[in-house]
Amino acid sequence: MLRVEAVEKSFDDFKAVNGANLVVGKGELVAVIGPNGAGKTTLFNLITGQLKPDEGRITFKGEDIGGLPPYEICKKGIARSFQIVNIFPRLTVFENVQVAVLSQQRKSSELLHPAHNIAVEETEVILESVGLSGKALEVAGSLSHGDQKILEIAIALGNEPELLILDEPTAGMSPEETSATMELIKRLADTRGLTILFCEHDMEVVFSVAQSIMVMHQGRTLVQAEPQEVRRNKEVQEAYLGGE
Amino acid sequence: MFRGITEKRLLWFLAIIFIVLLIFPSILPRFYTYIIALIFVTSLLAMSLNLVVGYGGMFQFHHGVFYGVGAYTVALMLTKTSLPVWVGFVAGPVMATVTGFLIGWFCVRLTRLYFAMLQISLGSLIWAIAFRWYTLTGGDDGIHGVPMPALLSSQNNSYYFILVILTICLMAMYLIVKSPFGRTLQAIRDNPQRCEAVGINVRRHQLKAIVIATFFAGVAGVLFVVLERSVFPDLLFWVLSLEVFIMCLLGGWFTFAGPILGAAIIVSLRTFVGIYTEYWTLVLGVILILLIFFLPEGVMGYFLGKFRPLAKEVAHRSE
Repeated sequence: MLRVEAVEKSFDDFKAVNGANLVVGKGELVAVIGPNGAGKTTLFNLITGQLKPDEGRITFKGEDIGGLPPYEICKKGIARSFQIVNIFPRLTVFENVQVAVLSQQRKSSELLHPAHNIAVEETEVILESVGLSGKALEVAGSLSHGDQKILEIAIALGNEPELLILDEPTAGMSPEETSATMELIKRLADTRGLTILFCEHDMEVVFSVAQSIMVMHQGRTLVQAEPQEVRRNKEVQEAYLGGE
Repeated sequence: MFRGITEKRLLWFLAIIFIVLLIFPSILPRFYTYIIALIFVTSLLAMSLNLVVGYGGMFQFHHGVFYGVGAYTVALMLTKTSLPVWVGFVAGPVMATVTGFLIGWFCVRLTRLYFAMLQISLGSLIWAIAFRWYTLTGGDDGIHGVPMPALLSSQNNSYYFILVILTICLMAMYLIVKSPFGRTLQAIRDNPQRCEAVGINVRRHQLKAIVIATFFAGVAGVLFVVLERSVFPDLLFWVLSLEVFIMCLLGGWFTFAGPILGAAIIVSLRTFVGIYTEYWTLVLGVILILLIFFLPEGVMGYFLGKFRPLAKEVAHRSE
């Protein structure tokens, strides 16, 4: 479904991504791991268009999407959440998700119908599924950090993506919140038939849920394989797991 | 059309205000009627700016240009051509919108301060045309004695005309703000990067907002000519743009009606303090300093913030 081939990106003289390869099949739950500064977030930004790749190819369903603007890529069926909370702080929780749903339904430019009765049902279904219905009318900026991270995911769901990309969905969460969030992600993958690509710090989390793991080190892809195989991989052990 | 987005009580309140405003010209002296009409015109200008500043989060620093273009267009059409009056009235907003599109097209490619600087530069070019092209615009003399149709010849009639147009424009703006377009615009204000990620073409959306806002600024320009029967280059000078910007901040740029309050305060200050001293801007300066320290959300924002918890409590109790 998504294929990243030999992608490179540098900032001035620093090669943030230097030969990344990634394959995500339909319906898979794929994780990208790697130490801080390995280039995970940069890779995601390249896939979803926040950055343009210098070299390499990124294809989605056979179509070259490398270098397209983010809103075009989103319309092709890829939605994402961000590592650092990236929401609409002055809008309510409901409105945060509704903005994405309106965009999905191509109604963002409608002028003469009040927004409060458009896309209501779809928005409520999403809030229900992530467990934020109780806080629908709260201003998003006043939510707790954990809830804001969940809202991140909910906004991305508003686009009804085929591929959902989550950049450290549990960053800054307590262990309880982390496991609840991973449960949520697994449930979304099952019930909505979503393909999910995520990156994560917590090894335990990654090895327990991911079907395929891609390991990045200094901007380069070391390997992409099933969890057991990644665990056995010599190169990975040396570079990352520290000979666990 | 407005069902569900406004409370019934609020609608009654607004209806009463409208009726009171209709009675005003027959009970108030001529001068006060004039000042209130001037507040109406300025309110419309400030409200139109707030669409892009308060709701769109863009640094529209030279909004006066579109007001001036609207006013000059109608004044020129009525003095230099023999076209029907309504053509001039329509041409004003249309020209303002075209100018808005052209300037906006360049500006949305930049962000924040660069947006503001570019707009001031482009706007100043248009000001220079109005200021220097004597044969067409009358230069710094402006154009005076713009003929008005008989229907608008008395001051009371122009007051009513301005009031009706203002009301229509405010209703239209309210619908726009509450529409999916308006909601998306506020989302862009809060977080343009995230908007791109949910599939919104941010620049195009911003440009649409500028075009809409400049249309209303053009309408305000036409109303100014209806009231004053003259135009002068100060209408497109950056000082006026700054004043309108201050009206939004002063009234409360995150509230719908805040700019009306801001316009009323500034026009009144200029008129009534201006009688006593040339330096009325000193008073304005002091008010601004106090505003920044004590009411960062503006006057309207302050009072809404104060009463909202109260309203919530009342609603809670009545459940």
